[in-house]
This record gives sequence, C-alpha cells and structure tokens, in this order.
Amino acid sequence: MANLTFAGAITDGLKNALNKFDDTMIFGQDVGPNGGVFRITDGLQDEFGDKRVFDTPLAESGILGMTLGLGHEGFRALPELQFSAFSTEAISPIMGQISRYRYRYGGTRNLPITIRTPFGGGVGTPELHSDSMEGLFGGIPGLRVVVPTNPYDAKGLLLSAIESNDPVIFLEHLKLYRSVKGEVPEEYYTVPLDKAAVVKEGTDVTIVTSGFMVHESMKAADKLEKEGISAEVIDLRTIAPIDMETIRKSVEKTHRAVVVQESQRVAGVGGNLMSEIGERCFMELDAPVSRVTAPDSVYPFVQIENEWLPGPDAIVEKTKETINF
Amino acid sequence: MVEKLSKLNFNKLVEGYKDDFKMYQVLDEKGKVVDDKTMKEFTDEELVDLMEDIVWGRALDERTIILNRQGALANYATAGGQEASQFGTLKGLEKGDFLVPGYRDIGVSIKHGLPMEQAFMWYRGHVGGNKYDKDFQMMVPQVVVAGGITHAMGVAFAKKRRNEENVVLAFTGDSATSEGDFYEGINFAGAFGVPLIVVVQNNGYGISVPVHEQTAAETLAQKGVAAGVASIQVDGMDPVATYAATRKAREYALKENKPVLIETMTYRFGPHTMSDDPKKYRTEEELNEWKKKDPIVRLRAYLTEKGLWEESREEEIKKEVTKEAQQAIEKMNQEPDMKIVDLLENMYEVKPQNIQEQIEKYKAKEQK
Ligand SMILES: Cc1ncc(C[n+]2csc(CCOP(=O)(O)OP(=O)(O)O)c2C)c(N)n1
Ligand SMILES: [Mg+2]
Repeated sequence: MANLTFAGAITDGLKNALNKFDDTMIFGQDVGPNGGVFRITDGLQDEFGDKRVFDTPLAESGILGMTLGLGHEGFRALPELQFSAFSTEAISPIMGQISRYRYRYGGTRNLPITIRTPFGGGVGTPELHSDSMEGLFGGIPGLRVVVPTNPYDAKGLLLSAIESNDPVIFLEHLKLYRSVKGEVPEEYYTVPLDKAAVVKEGTDVTIVTSGFMVHESMKAADKLEKEGISAEVIDLRTIAPIDMETIRKSVEKTHRAVVVQESQRVAGVGGNLMSEIGERCFMELDAPVSRVTAPDSVYPFVQIENEWLPGPDAIVEKTKETINF
Repeated sequence: MVEKLSKLNFNKLVEGYKDDFKMYQVLDEKGKVVDDKTMKEFTDEELVDLMEDIVWGRALDERTIILNRQGALANYATAGGQEASQFGTLKGLEKGDFLVPGYRDIGVSIKHGLPMEQAFMWYRGHVGGNKYDKDFQMMVPQVVVAGGITHAMGVAFAKKRRNEENVVLAFTGDSATSEGDFYEGINFAGAFGVPLIVVVQNNGYGISVPVHEQTAAETLAQKGVAAGVASIQVDGMDPVATYAATRKAREYALKENKPVLIETMTYRFGPHTMSDDPKKYRTEEELNEWKKKDPIVRLRAYLTEKGLWEESREEEIKKEVTKEAQQAIEKMNQEPDMKIVDLLENMYEVKPQNIQEQIEKYKAKEQK
C-alpha cells in the first residue's frame, strides 16, 4: 500500500499497465519529457523509453485518428487529450469513428483503446479550459465513460479500462488530482467498469452523483446527518453504462432521489438518470426525483466559477425540499 | 538562409508555388511512350496484367451501375475513368501492404482481396460487407472524407513499430484535401516518419464543387510541402505512370521511413453517385475532353501495337465480370437479413446493462 494522490494513483496505474501489456503506448501533447501538463506521465518516458511514451504534434483529431489506426492493429493505445474541453477538436474521431468501430466491423474486431483526459472545473484554469462534457460522451453508443472519484478507484478503473477491449473515455477531474489522497495497493488490480459504489449508506434519500460532486455530496450528507436526515450517496463511477441496478435498490429503500451533477441542467447525465429512476421506480417514489446542477450558461470565466459550480449548500437545500415534499 | 526584405514580391512568390509540380507521365493520350526509361522497368507481362485490371475495373463499374438501376444495390459511387488512379496505384503495392479505401474505391478493394459479394453488401447497406478475416490488410471503406488518412497514419505507425516491411496506402479525393484531417494525417505521418502513401484522386469535383473553388492552391500535391512530405503530381489517366509512381513511392517510403503524397489527375466519367446528375455542374465538352485521355484507350493502343493485346480479350473480361457479379449477387442474397439484436450484440465486447436489457427486448420481438 502507498498513500497516493488521485494523480499519483493514475500514474501508478499507467506504470502497471505499461509493465503488464507490451502493446500499450502513451502519447499526446507534452506527455514525454514534460510528463504532461498535469504531470500524470511524469517520469514514464525515462522509465519505459520513447517508443512507449511520446509526444505528438498538437492536433486532437490527428491524435485520436492515429489511436484508431493503432487500435486496429491491436495496440492498447493510451492517448492523453490535454483538456477534455478541447475534445471538441476530436469529436469526429471520437463520435464518428471510434465509437462506431466495432459495430461497423460487424463485431469482428475490437478497438482496445483508452482515452484519458482531465475534465471539470473549479481550479481556476484560463478561459475555455474547463468543462463537463460527460453527458455528451455518455450519449454516444459504443463508448464506455469512466469517472473515478478517489485514488483507489482511479487506479483500478484505469486498469479495467486499459484491459477492456471496448473503447473507453477516462475522465479525470481536475480538482481531484491533488486534493484527495488515499491508500492504493502497489500491485495490479481492477475495479469493474459497470458498478456504481454506495459511498455512504442512508435511509431517507438517495443522492446519485459522480466526479467531484461525490465529494460535495458527502459534505452535504454530513450536514444533513446533523439535521437528522440520513442520505445514501451513490458514486456512479461509470456513466456509460449507468448501473441502474444499484440505484434502483437504493431508491427502493429510501423512496427519494436527488441527482447531483457539476454540468449544466441541459447537459450531463442528470436528465437521463431522472427519467430512468422515474420509469423504473415510479411506484416506490414518495417525491419527484429532483436535481442539483450548474445553470445553463457556458462554463464561466474563472472569477465567478465557484458561485457557478454546485456545492454542498445547494445539495442540502434541494435534498430538504425533496424530503419535505 | 537570410534574404533582404527589399527582394520580397508576394505575386511572384505565389505564382512560383506550382513550378515544382510538373505532372509525371509515361504514356501519353495516344499510347505513345514519353518516358522510355520508366517503360523499360516493366515486363510485358506486368503491362498486360495492368491492362486486365483496368479493363476489369471498368467492366465492374458498368456492371455495378446496371445492378443499381435494377435495384439490386442501394447506391454506388461510380469509378469509371479513375481506373489508372485506383488499379494502377494498387499495382504498385506488394503482398502484405495495407489499404485504406474510400467509398469510391470498392472495385479496387476487390482487387486487393475483398470478396465481391461483400463489396456488394457494403453498397447494399448490410454489415456483412464489413466482416473481414482477421488478417485482411484493409480497413472498411471510409465515408467521412479524409478521416481515413489519420487512421492510415496510425496503421503505418504500427507497421513501423513492428518492423514490418509493408506500407499503408490511403485513397482520398480532391475535396478531402480541404479537411483538417487531411493536414493532420499527412503532418503526423511526416513528423513520425511512417511508411504511408496518400493517393489524392483529383477527379476535379467534390460531388458538384470544382476543385478551383476548394482551394487557391494550383496543385493539391503542393499541400504536402508544408508537412515536409515528398509530394508529386501524376497523370491519373496514365496507368503506367500511376503504377510506376506508386512502386517508387513504396520503395522510398520503406527505405526512408517517410510518407509520400501522390496527386493523380483524373476524372470520373459517371455521376458522383447514382443520385446526382453531373449535367448540372459540368459540361458535355469537358467530359469528352477527358474521355480522350481514357486509360484503357491509351494502354490498349500501346499494347496492341506491340502485339500484346487483342480487343477480344476485353469482351472476355466483360463476360467474366458479368458472371462474377451474378454469382456475387446470389451469394449476397443468401445472407440472412440483419437483426436489431445483432447490431446490439456488436456494439461492445462486454455487454453493458442497457445493451443486455435491449437485447432481451428485441430478441422477444424478433423471434416472433
Ligand atoms: C466529412 C464529410 N463531409 C461531407 C461528406 C459528404 N460527401 C461525400 S463525398 C463528398 C465529396 C468528396 O469529394 P472528393 O474528396 O473530391 O472525392 P470524390 O467523391 O470526388 O471521390 C461529400 C461532400 C462526407 N462524406 N464526409
Ligand atoms: Mg473529387
């Protein structure tokens, strides 16, 4: 066991993968000698050589088109997109090609690639660097979308993603990189790609969330506890697929659900979650499913981002509304 | 290198760009050899073989158009006129080389090894057309124009990494060179030094838009210069020139581990697909001018004069193609219709909950 940051756990997972699979390759902008702008690949080129870890020209569509070609040839390509906000440059390879690959080949071939990219906000990046586009990715059939929220899961989910022969988008929340630490086994292990985690058990209401909002929801749950409300918190861990079974079981127990997401109301997977819960658990519900989201503006300039992002107070307020319905 | 700014003349600069791009040719329109030295690099057998391929290609194109009119296929991007650009370049490849075709390159994909019934199924819109043997060295036809170039670059990267002595050839069109993926693909290929040959079949139009409206560049070959990629323009109606150029490009790509861009000057005699009328965007005179450059006409003239070819051979090939196509249609028709369940099954190797649920639902429906 080692006590690692979220970022450190991802680096550790990448090392395990490079050691275990000869056909892995890490590439992207500044991932070589510089170790990535968030230092996730720090030291990897030194350790594994520039044939396994290397820089590419600065062109996101080119990087992911190349990824498809490498995947076609059986390489477990591990491209890093420097910021997911710039994945718009690569929407054609992601949405138009990679996600459709297996289906187009009639299921005869796999594309065993994993796209890693930082997402989310709250760290004061320059304009247009922060965004939460997991809803967009989650709405693309053919992809798996993974959103880890703690160091242990980050490494285990990453290794599952790399092992998986289906293409995966692995979203690393910017604010988690250095803000959380945890015990992480040194050896290789995996965390399944289709199981949500009940991170806090409760009896009165289910909070379904992902990414940094898991941490904000835990803070809210603590506050609610002090007011006598017992909230169960579910960390989705993967938003494609969504583990509806775990959610259903929880809602059958609590009879109330609040969906919390960092992205805007029109974005994210919140709307989909609400309708799935409504459809599957209608008879169990004592109140309408409600949600906490960011407002429907574009991701804001940094000076106001903390007001814009949903936080524990908003979650507490909405949860109480649901309880008191 | 430093130069005095007073010497700067923008007009001259731009005019000069095209000077490096003469169109390479071996056989002229009349079948006269303009480059003896290159011609001598080919055996009689190779040239007859080449002729058989382009005649076969033309016959298949004509046949496929008829099959479409009869309703046997759902659509077709015609290729008649482009045989030198397609079958000529393919001839320059060797066993184990990898092909990344586009929607217009289906006939030539068959020559590369794609079973004809699968080619037809692709046009018919049946996924069976894309189920390949594991080691078939080809990607499914690319439909998103220029996207295939970035994929081809990735495959070439993989080949080089594994020290395979094989190149990747990607076909694309003139309009595709306006796409970001065209630039990104060739730029990556140059930066990484991979054995990729990009063949830009410049048939003058992207559906209806003429190439001079796509770009101010006077040649498309010169677009490779900015990426540091060896780039040439070849007479795309001269099958010997395209054959020779690709053969040389292949040698260079493998020896130097570098990409090559080949622009082939060509023309499609037919419509873009079965759903457009070329009369709306080009003239009869223009078409007739290009028909004089027909690759079959010039190679026929050359080979006939050498006593290596008789026109009766062309009739034979046409008959063979008609028969082959008939058999392919029959095979295609034996293929069961697709099911929604199969599409769902094909989405992921490990099926997520939502897919499993939907498979169950459609299974019940489709078993009825
Ligand atoms: C990215 C993309 N945009 C638009 C289209 C629709 N489309 C199909 S073919 C075509 C023209 C392509 O022209 P060109 O590259 O010259 O190739 P050609 O069809 O002449 O062989 C267009 C616009 C497409 N398939 N992909
Ligand atoms: Mg064209």
